[in-house]
Amino acid sequence: MKRYLVLFAALAALWTAPALFTPALAALQVDVTQGNAQPLPIAIPDFVGDPQLGANVAGVVRADLERSGLFRPLDPRGFAERITNINAVPNFGSWRAVTAQGLVTGQVTQQPDGRLRVDFRLWDVYGQSQMLGLQFFTTPENWRRIAHMVSDAIYERITGEKGYFDTRIVFISESGPALKRVKRLAIMDEDGANPIFLTRGDYMVLTPRFNPTAQMIAYMSYIGNKPRVYLFDIETGKQEMLGNFPNMTFSPRFSPDGNQVALTLETGGNSDIYIMDLRSRAMRRLTSDPAIDTAPSWSPDGRQISFESDRGGSQQIYVMNVDGSGQRRISFGQGANGTPVWSPRGDLLAFTRRTGNVFSIGVMRTDGSGERLITSGGRDEGPTWAPNGRVLMYSRALAGGGGSQIWSVDVTGRNERRVLTPGSASDPAWSPLIQ
Amino acid sequence: MTSISRSLKFACLSAALILGACTQKKEAVNTAPPPPPAPMASAPAPVTSSILPGSAEDFRVNVGDTVHFGYNEYGIQEADKGILGRQAAWLQKYPAVRVSVEGHADERGTREYNLALGARRANAVKEYLVSQGVSTGRLETVSYGKERPVCTESSESCWSQNRRGVTVVTGGANS
Repeated sequence: MKRYLVLFAALAALWTAPALFTPALAALQVDVTQGNAQPLPIAIPDFVGDPQLGANVAGVVRADLERSGLFRPLDPRGFAERITNINAVPNFGSWRAVTAQGLVTGQVTQQPDGRLRVDFRLWDVYGQSQMLGLQFFTTPENWRRIAHMVSDAIYERITGEKGYFDTRIVFISESGPALKRVKRLAIMDEDGANPIFLTRGDYMVLTPRFNPTAQMIAYMSYIGNKPRVYLFDIETGKQEMLGNFPNMTFSPRFSPDGNQVALTLETGGNSDIYIMDLRSRAMRRLTSDPAIDTAPSWSPDGRQISFESDRGGSQQIYVMNVDGSGQRRISFGQGANGTPVWSPRGDLLAFTRRTGNVFSIGVMRTDGSGERLITSGGRDEGPTWAPNGRVLMYSRALAGGGGSQIWSVDVTGRNERRVLTPGSASDPAWSPLIQ
Repeated sequence: MTSISRSLKFACLSAALILGACTQKKEAVNTAPPPPPAPMASAPAPVTSSILPGSAEDFRVNVGDTVHFGYNEYGIQEADKGILGRQAAWLQKYPAVRVSVEGHADERGTREYNLALGARRANAVKEYLVSQGVSTGRLETVSYGKERPVCTESSESCWSQNRRGVTVVTGGANS
């Protein structure tokens, strides 16, 4: 799908004249680093033009922004002004009266060639100025993606951070009784829409991960009762075993450039970390300790790998250089610590803390300092980062074999909430930003 | 119907034996000599007579397929050496049989760690069987981590059942 972005630069200049009298510091903004930020009240009336699609697109944008925890979309039933022409300057007083600080007006129209055209403008109600104006074209079946792009643009303009709504989640869909769980590879939009099963469930699959272009998934499959790492091409549906090893391979993760996969190979009961080059298929060994070494994750610059090891007696987090040198323990907190995952920003590692049978997601700096726990489920494991490094998803198991759910939480620990999935679900992996 | 109800009865019996062994394991670790492997030639009890000798069912019901492990451990417990000795003797009596040893973990560990731990356990069983004379080429291992529990409660009795190595006949058995 092609994506068109057209800035209304010339028009915006005309309409933002009132902004000249507004102090620049008053500009609408949300500081995402605040742990207790008040969500910003924002009015997003149904887009004009095609009534059904206009309502659908605005509904998705409202849901996206609400889910982020940083915005509070106002109930459209309370709006006094009815937007009919998005090319006219809105009556800011009427939007101030409903406590809106931001206003989004938009229009969805069908083009003669069958494509959809979506225009929208983001207004600063108090500053009485247009902050953003964009136009997209797409095929009608892609209307949800356009809505997510609108959300991303609003989020980025107001928070200064990249949005993450136009992304996908690969995960494990679970069904059946606890003692005979069926696990299928599945993919969905970030908001849980458009779920698609990629495998049928006749063999177990675990721990899927996206490559940097979100076209390829590395995962573990029990095809033929032989647990091995596989690659799945989303476009073609083709599956391919990665290498041909006599023993188990697991916990794969793509390098930031997508050309290598770090994984764990078990030999004679001992698990060690290797890197496979995807072009030459050559394997390079990084750890050779008799302890369990697994769950590798790359730093975004591709120079370091974090992993977990029980070489010190209990499962803890370690970091090493990508050639295997400089292996050092960084977690010294309570309990067992595992599944370290490097933030796309490079500043933090998310991890799973286990104390007894209590599992929590935490974050720490990459030297192990500043550790804090950010989830409250008690059965939370396997974090994955949104591409902007502000939000995480993870698996939450239910007691008594009651299945598993996917949850999300802000890196600050705020806004913990369930991600809707078709049935039980686990092992989420967030896609990078889709190009 | 008859054979199904009998199998069920045997399954319950063997489960009871396993549970008994399991709850005793702490004490059992310190007792010195493991019980000698049951002689294969011993006449089967009347109730087992419908099971074909050398079959997968024979192995599962009359020999026993499951051993258990301590928390976060993968060493073979003294109490389980008897059952592994019987497995080895049976495998030597039926040299065409191939088996897969499944390693499992309880829920107290992350997914990846438990896969690695299950592999350690499966390999420990395999190595014990090899030490008892079973050829390594007849033994495969597979780890299921915490993904295939036999019990779902968060309790020690349940965890101890899930920390297990199961020897599964995969080929060459009488049928």
